[in-house]
Amino acid sequence: MLAQVAATSPQPQLEARAVHLWRGEKHLLRGVSFALYSGELLQVVGPNGVGKTSLLRCVAGLLPTESGEIVWQGRQLPEGRDEFHRELAYLAHVNGLKSDLTALENLHFGVSIRRPVTTEELRETLQVLHVEACADLPVRALSAGQKRRVALARIMLTRAALWILDEPITNLDKAGIALFEARIAEHMRAGGMILTAAHQLLLQGQPGVRTLELR
Amino acid sequence: MQSSIPTTPGLGKILMLVLARDLRLAVRHWDQVLQPLIFFVIVTTLFPLAISPALDELRKISPGVVWVAAMLSSLLALESLFRPDVEDGTMEQWVLSGQPLSLLLLAKTLTHWLLTGLPLVLMAPIVGTALGMPQSVWPVLVATLALGTGSLSVLGAIGAALTVSVRRGSVLLALLVLPLEMPVLIFGARAVDLAMHGEPVAGPLNLLAALLLFFVSLGPFAMAAAMRISVES
Repeated sequence: MLAQVAATSPQPQLEARAVHLWRGEKHLLRGVSFALYSGELLQVVGPNGVGKTSLLRCVAGLLPTESGEIVWQGRQLPEGRDEFHRELAYLAHVNGLKSDLTALENLHFGVSIRRPVTTEELRETLQVLHVEACADLPVRALSAGQKRRVALARIMLTRAALWILDEPITNLDKAGIALFEARIAEHMRAGGMILTAAHQLLLQGQPGVRTLELR
Repeated sequence: MQSSIPTTPGLGKILMLVLARDLRLAVRHWDQVLQPLIFFVIVTTLFPLAISPALDELRKISPGVVWVAAMLSSLLALESLFRPDVEDGTMEQWVLSGQPLSLLLLAKTLTHWLLTGLPLVLMAPIVGTALGMPQSVWPVLVATLALGTGSLSVLGAIGAALTVSVRRGSVLLALLVLPLEMPVLIFGARAVDLAMHGEPVAGPLNLLAALLLFFVSLGPFAMAAAMRISVES
């Protein structure tokens, strides 16, 4: 806890306090607490089935907690849920892409329901992630890694302050991981926050990067 | 970055976006979109074969046949309403978009009706004629189906949102939705029947319109609540 005093902002933006969750008979999350400050990356680690995805879904508001509090900017959810969701970009295991639409169409519909966006901006972001050649192909025709890159492009385009990413680098190659780490670092420098579930840690040893171990 | 809440698009804009997206998807999946319509035509064709080709006999049952076939056809179409979006993760994105989920789902239901309900309405006079319905009944048939299939779409969408997380939930969906749809069927078939006997149809037509208004105004909130429960599991 002491380490957090050195963090960039004195007030945590996002806080989980003693979150408990049962899935059926199983007591999955047993009083998980963390605080996330502006400009930080928190990576949730732990073996398969320990509840990393469930914790992320709880924080995002997709799963109700049995007990405990999720606090965003001082307000306990679900109070101010819509404002919270406008500041949140969530990436699940599935990419949330329509296989019959092109990458560009997917991004257009995915981002436009949150904010107005131009086609140039969409193409630029695809270029940043080196998938500009896939822009006009149906997502069905892309490789698993390319799909993931398009899904990450959507996260970047939402301009949300908080990114919650479930295993974001699944299927990415080394170059893709390096590209994405650079984007994450940029997001942190701009004051953004990232909460991930991960088996492979990103930006290890960098300032503002922490891990939370579930057991 | 966090301090400025990005400007969000208006509700009308969102409605148009969902409409445009689903229409574009439908164009690329036109074979699936046509299925309920083909089902409707085939089911109504079975009755002359099974009962009697005599128009006098068919005429008596034609309002009921067209209406039951329309109802089953709209039920068949529900499977494709929310399931694809839930399975590929799009629905989660919508739930977390900060936009009113009820509006997003209503827009989806409206598009779905345009693609699966409206073709039934337009096809109904042809099917009706094949069953011996006089031409004079066409306007009433089209009006009742236009009002009725709208109600069926909204009611079905509530059921579809509730059962979308259930594997092979289509039978459950039918058991859930069909009893609720009975008033629509009763008033719809009754209005056509009255019209065939040359009697006034304002009563049942007004009731159908009232049902549609009721379902469209309250249904989206039920859909959104049901969808949140389904996405949670």
